[in-house]
Amino acid sequence: MNAHDGQTGSASPGALAPTFIEFENASITYGRGERAVQALAPTSLKVSEGDFVALVGPSGCGKSTILKMVGELLKPSSGHVFVSGREIGAKAIRIGMAYQNPTLLPWLNIRDNVMLPLKIVPPFRQEFRSKRKGEFRDRVDALLTQVGLAGFGEKYPFQLSGGMMQRANLCRALVHDPDLLLLDEPFGALDQFTREELWAIMQDLWLSKKLTVLLVTHDLREAAYLANRICVMSSRPGRILDDQIVDLKRPRNIDMTFQPDFVALNQRLRAMIVGARGGTGIVNHAPGTA
Amino acid sequence: MERVVEVIREKGASTALIIGFFVFWELFCLMANISDILLPRPTQIIAALIKFWPAIWPHTYQTLYTTLVGFSIGVVIGLLLGILIGSSKLAYDTAYPLLVGFSSIPKVAVVPIFVLWYGAGTVPAILTAMIICIFPIVVNVATGIATVEPELEDVMKTLKASKLDILWNVSLPRSMPYFFAALKVAITLAFVGSVVAETVASNRGIGNMMMIASSSFNVPLVFAGLFVLAGLGVALYVLFSLIEYRVTGWAHRKTDLAAT
Repeated sequence: MNAHDGQTGSASPGALAPTFIEFENASITYGRGERAVQALAPTSLKVSEGDFVALVGPSGCGKSTILKMVGELLKPSSGHVFVSGREIGAKAIRIGMAYQNPTLLPWLNIRDNVMLPLKIVPPFRQEFRSKRKGEFRDRVDALLTQVGLAGFGEKYPFQLSGGMMQRANLCRALVHDPDLLLLDEPFGALDQFTREELWAIMQDLWLSKKLTVLLVTHDLREAAYLANRICVMSSRPGRILDDQIVDLKRPRNIDMTFQPDFVALNQRLRAMIVGARGGTGIVNHAPGTA
Repeated sequence: MERVVEVIREKGASTALIIGFFVFWELFCLMANISDILLPRPTQIIAALIKFWPAIWPHTYQTLYTTLVGFSIGVVIGLLLGILIGSSKLAYDTAYPLLVGFSSIPKVAVVPIFVLWYGAGTVPAILTAMIICIFPIVVNVATGIATVEPELEDVMKTLKASKLDILWNVSLPRSMPYFFAALKVAITLAFVGSVVAETVASNRGIGNMMMIASSSFNVPLVFAGLFVLAGLGVALYVLFSLIEYRVTGWAHRKTDLAAT
């Protein structure tokens, strides 16, 4: 159905690692009949285990839709989505998710907020009562320390700044050792400096835990800083236009984002998205798009 | 020290208003020479309250009893219905119109039906108190549960949380401020319900006592009944406010938690 399918499907880097997520002509259509809107055109995509993939594109292009399908929050209208090699629902893998809105529970302190997944996800769930004051508490505190929130476990969310809440949100998404982390613009609402700080933290977490990450973002620098691979999407109905491999060495730092190769990559991505917004695939020089 | 002064200033104004109200009432009756058959003075009412207290007490007990029993049943039913309606779109769409229909019936109008079914006395008063406080609780709890952030729901679903997990860990605690707001409305409404029922059909309770007192032109006693009702209402309101503050302090953080 789509000329890009084959191309995007095979562009996966690190071909040695087994495929972890696979989209097979998966599409999403909202509504029925004449009012049906295709949010995501049939899309094929492969993500290797342990990879870090960013999805970028204009607003409303179906980036979050892809994330939701992987997280089993949406079923494809057609085609298939396989996670961990099987059809969704077949095997339980652990997933962590973080949105731009930190959605911490205001009646729990930070430690209990971060601990929430342990209360729900097996096998932690069965041991929650016996370990919540011991092993689990240490586990949460270690994670909080890793993101620079040591000593904030007793604080309540409203006593924290936006950046700190987002760190706690990341901890909550990671505390149950997920195989897969889904991030939907997690740093979008933060100021530039806090955001850059969190990129470094996110990179460290990924390097230390070796989990698969899918990141939806509007920020091209963020995508290039964090990801191994960047998928550029077209405007609605969303398609994957291009699949860029980011072969910058790790660990990356902010200085690297001002180097010529990084800037060049950013400009390429930007040109593609500007084109996608126009829907022509050609860079649009009309005023107001800058 | 500063804080004490602040509290006094805060509470002082409302206390002064209450005292001023009664002083004005007293003086107005004295100066305009109003008969106690029309409007007794506060001092006369308090005198009646003391004089008739042995007779008033059993009625007070009866009214408190019917109100609290009716209120408790109403809270349980209201909470359950609220959870059901709030957590299921189908239940919301199905049951809401019926609920609105029921709630728009003036509750006084159903008292005769309860009397027909159960005879005059305690049961109609309990039932009236009950049905009058169900609706605000249902609406508030349902709202609290239905307005959980979709992002948070997504996070919970990707954790494979069951509906019960989400309800217990997220929706219910989240709806507690709504629930308590409804309780404060409901407890005062429950008094309305039980007193109305007692007035229409009972031989006990404050409502009944006031009917009898007014038919014998013992107007100070009628007003004494009102004072008792107001006292009970305020006491229960304060009680629920205190519990609310303990349970849902996180929702009122701006007032003092932030200072700790």
